[in-house]
Amino acid sequence: MLNERTLPLISAIIVLLLLYGFGSIAYQGFFGLRLAGYLLTDNAFIIVTAVGMAFVILSGGIDLSVGSMIAFVCALMALLVVKFQIHPVVAIAISVCVGTLFGTVMGLVIAIFKIQPFIVTLAGMFLFRGLGYVINTQQVKIDHPFMSSLSEFGIIIGQGELNFVAIIMILFLALGVIISRYTRFGHNVYAIGGDAQSAALIGVNVPWTTVKVYALSGFYSSVAGVLFAVATGSAYPEIGIAVELDAIAAVVLGGTLLTGGVGYVFGAFIGGMTFGVIQQLINFDGTLNAASTRIVIGALLLLFILLQKIILVWAKKFSAKGSD
Amino acid sequence: MGVLEPVVDVQPLLEIKNISKGFAGVQALNKVSFSIAPGEIHALLGENGAGKSTFIKVLTGVYTRDSGKILFDGQDFHATSSGHAQTQGVSTVYQEVNLIPTMTVTENLTLLQQPKRFGLISPKRAKQRALEMLERVGLNIDPSKQLDSYSIAVQQLVAIARAIGTKAKLLILDEPTASLDAKEVLRLFELMRQLKSQGISIIFVTHFLDQVYEITDRITVLRNGSFIGTYATKKLPQAELIHAMVGKSLDELTSGSNRETSDSADDVLRIQNFGKQRFLKPVDLSIAKGEIVGLAGMLGSGRSELCEIIFGAQAVDQGSMEIAQNAVHIKSPKQAIDHGLGYCPEDRKIDGIIAELSVRENMILALQAKRGWLKPIPMTEQKAMVESMIERLSIKTPNLNKPIGELSGGNQQKVILARWLLTQPTLLLLDEPTRGIDIGAHHDIIAIMKELCEQGMSLLVASSELEELVIFAHRVVVMKDRKKVMELTGSDISQKSIVNAIAQ
Amino acid sequence: MKERKKFLDINPKIWGPIFSLVVIIVIMGIIDPGFIQIEFKDGRLYGSLIDILVRATPTAIIALGMAVVIGTKGIDLSVGSVVAICGAVAAVLIVETQLPFFMVVIVSVLVGGGIGFLNGIMVSFIGIQPIIATLILMVSGRGIAQLVTGGRAVSFDSTAMDIIGSGALLAIPVRLWIMTALVLCTVLLLRKTALGLFLESVGANAKASRLLGIEARMLKVIAYIFSGMCAAVAGMILIADVSTAEINRLGLWLELDAILAVVLAGASLNGGRIYLGLTIIGALIIQTLTTIIFSSGVPVEYNLIVKACIILAVLLIQSETTKNYVSQLRTKSLENRHAE
Ligand SMILES: Nc1ncnc2c1ncn2[C@@H]1O[C@H](COP(=O)(O)OP(=O)(O)OP(=O)(O)O)[C@@H](O)[C@H]1O
Ligand SMILES: [Mg+2]
Repeated sequence: MLNERTLPLISAIIVLLLLYGFGSIAYQGFFGLRLAGYLLTDNAFIIVTAVGMAFVILSGGIDLSVGSMIAFVCALMALLVVKFQIHPVVAIAISVCVGTLFGTVMGLVIAIFKIQPFIVTLAGMFLFRGLGYVINTQQVKIDHPFMSSLSEFGIIIGQGELNFVAIIMILFLALGVIISRYTRFGHNVYAIGGDAQSAALIGVNVPWTTVKVYALSGFYSSVAGVLFAVATGSAYPEIGIAVELDAIAAVVLGGTLLTGGVGYVFGAFIGGMTFGVIQQLINFDGTLNAASTRIVIGALLLLFILLQKIILVWAKKFSAKGSD
Repeated sequence: MGVLEPVVDVQPLLEIKNISKGFAGVQALNKVSFSIAPGEIHALLGENGAGKSTFIKVLTGVYTRDSGKILFDGQDFHATSSGHAQTQGVSTVYQEVNLIPTMTVTENLTLLQQPKRFGLISPKRAKQRALEMLERVGLNIDPSKQLDSYSIAVQQLVAIARAIGTKAKLLILDEPTASLDAKEVLRLFELMRQLKSQGISIIFVTHFLDQVYEITDRITVLRNGSFIGTYATKKLPQAELIHAMVGKSLDELTSGSNRETSDSADDVLRIQNFGKQRFLKPVDLSIAKGEIVGLAGMLGSGRSELCEIIFGAQAVDQGSMEIAQNAVHIKSPKQAIDHGLGYCPEDRKIDGIIAELSVRENMILALQAKRGWLKPIPMTEQKAMVESMIERLSIKTPNLNKPIGELSGGNQQKVILARWLLTQPTLLLLDEPTRGIDIGAHHDIIAIMKELCEQGMSLLVASSELEELVIFAHRVVVMKDRKKVMELTGSDISQKSIVNAIAQ
Repeated sequence: MKERKKFLDINPKIWGPIFSLVVIIVIMGIIDPGFIQIEFKDGRLYGSLIDILVRATPTAIIALGMAVVIGTKGIDLSVGSVVAICGAVAAVLIVETQLPFFMVVIVSVLVGGGIGFLNGIMVSFIGIQPIIATLILMVSGRGIAQLVTGGRAVSFDSTAMDIIGSGALLAIPVRLWIMTALVLCTVLLLRKTALGLFLESVGANAKASRLLGIEARMLKVIAYIFSGMCAAVAGMILIADVSTAEINRLGLWLELDAILAVVLAGASLNGGRIYLGLTIIGALIIQTLTTIIFSSGVPVEYNLIVKACIILAVLLIQSETTKNYVSQLRTKSLENRHAE
């Protein structure tokens, strides 16, 4: 299990545990089911987004449109539920379908015209954000008994609560892990990320796989948008600004290489949780102002990456000694 | 033109009619026509850049043909991609290893045909399948390791295992033996004969003529993209074959023409107890001025590793090194180059060429790096140098500004060699310098190596071709299990003595 | 005729961005002739086109540094924050110290270079992936800038800054001279030495470059330093515009425009070729679009959509696939003509 492929993920897990351990010792109430449940809920939509992003990054691409997609899906939900009085279940289905469709279109442009994904999805980012503005420019409350019952649903475990948003996140995470490891499509994603040219020569349908990857990312980010709408019960155009960067960072913190082909979808969860724990540490500390918060987040990010590197180097030495 | 083999009675498996393919500035294939019978092993031969790989890529749909017709099993055959060709029964191992370096051997072997259970891939069965496939090519490795943790030769065998594993009627092997040593070649041939007896046809590209005579039934020769002829292997003497390929005759390579060892007093390189833990056991070696030292040994014996640590590509952790009698500590390739070393790595696709840059840029880079960024080589001087190298090594390229990635494999190798010749090193380390190079160029390169050492340059040449080592080396160092096991000098050097040393 | 054809054949890639820019301007000129009018007034040129050039300057300068970084297979997301930090440093220095102006310039360019150096070290010696390494400074950089200014907007009064902001030399705005000088210096530095070749080689294949004696790691650090310095210059020009350094908005989202400019110039984010001149053209395309959108009276909500659509259109026109399709059509029509 411990080999060069799993090491980055394992070191990411170790760093997360260290961080959590530190918080538990330093602050009262940090350790325990209550915060754990809260962390799962609070970071659910980032993690879901990051799972989709993980596929894109594993395939050697990138998707900058996810943050705007979340905003767009929220706006669309609000439009359908509030203005057109459509039942939220139908609204969710429509929104997710539209999001997936947009993802597919970006995938098609990337695959057919061979334009770099960074740019196509950047255009997508502008486009979806703009569409969000067109739907509504103000904050809208999504009031519907069904939406509230969703957001209030939860399984109480001890002091903590596993609520609807967290459950959905875990389900979609599991789905992502299974797709990546146990389906042909998943292996093809790794193949085109590792070496697209060779993958094509082996017989992988590179364009088609690319399209599916962006469709999947569109699907996951629109699910994240739905989760956001459920959790907050509102929609406004500035939702999800810079979420794409958080999602990318979560994926990379989870041990995935941006060059593609190397890493695990599960790492998206670890990376997302790492972010959440950093946020909580700052909250628990409570003394930082806005400016220093940014600096501390940056510094902590750097610290964790360095820690991961050190663990990696150390583990490599250790395992090499072991095999000698 | 050529002596066309009397038409075989059976319907050919593959009929190629007037296939043409041009790239910007090059007509890579010009009205090529020949046919392949069921269950035959068919050699496809020609010089570097003759169009062999292009032909294979056109056949398997990687490139679209400009014109012509292909019949496979009597049906019109128009593959749109390599995958499509595979499903139609044409399985290919392309020239450079084309697998996914970041995936495990198992994943590579089972990609697109993973065994499933309940609709999901079963890793256990996949591993089992992989082990079976590896077994067939006689490879005993751990398939759950990442592919790029293995040497190119192993990767090549994995690629072959993969191609054989798919059910094909036609198997295409583009220079599969370029990085294999004798033992694995034998194993591969055994396999090919086995496949042949099952009625599978094989197209086999190689630059080793003895392999052609050993295994193939018929030969098709291409020259400059044109079809020269198809011949029965048995009826075509080697000299005539060479003539067909090159368009002229070659002199016999004489062996042992410079056997006297030079005076070891002026060693250009001396290493003592030089090694790195878990990489290479300590080695003692000295190389005299104007001497060619050969490095023999099986795959993974430590040949390449020795070159790498001498050149500073890997840091050593023990031993000492002297260059021209001065103790030096080389920590990076840059320092090695400043001390007059040069190094042609084994894996040209990853370590050698810079695919996007032009032939000219690739060729002058090492010299430019040596001179430093502040002293750019004037364009006219660059052009003159590059043109003379193209002439001297007869590199086939339409112009100097073609990206090197678009050159044929053998020509890329020549550019890399030229890159180092331009730096005029005192000691040149060559790891498999003739890999994928055609016989004409092979001949030229050996001549050049001899000429260089007469001018006082020293060479350390790692090669799995014992024949060539015997021809040019003054001394042969035999490696085994990452250790130096024997040194042969003068008249002791023969293919037999090397094989014995390896086998011990 | 034959000669000309050869000339156009050299690198069709080069014509894509220039063609796009010309087409956009010509279309606008037809719709609204006022768009392409240039007036000479008070010793200085005025007009929409001049305005576009002036406004594009900061993006273009940042894109210049970005082009070099992208050439080494990297990316620099921190430039927007570097703009904020260096703008803040310059403003504070002007307000609170008596330093001569050139010292202010030197200090803030050094600060930019220093941040670039940190980025470079993280990428090249620690081995952090570029997008993440520079994300760290992107996130914390704005916080640092806020610390520098103490969280308020710093207004200043400086003749030198006014000249950069709105002065003109030989009828041409001063900042265009600055940009031109920077571009020329960079071109000379990269193309008249072997630096450009080395950078491209490192970007295309870092491993092979190391094996042939290029100090790949050092070169990457240099690229990031350069990018930081460019961002610093852009930062000074941006604060000169309004004589204020307002940290929350200074340089926001500039990194995306800069990357977009580099890609419009035809560079690959996977490293390799560096196109300096075309990068400037790329920045001009972006600014032209922005100006057109703002002056066209499209409702604000639609701005982003229009921008996205035009960018996509430009990219589609420039794409390989389209080019191949067009050239196929052309050879076909040629063949038809031959057949006749
Ligand atoms: N993708 C490409 N773009 C442009 N030219 C190409 C491309 N691929 C091959 N060529 C050119 O086509 C010619 C034939 O190349 P090919 O690779 O088929 O040679 P080959 O017979 O396989 O040689 P080798 O023995 O060296 O492998 C060469 O001149 C090469 O430069
Ligand atoms: Mg070939």
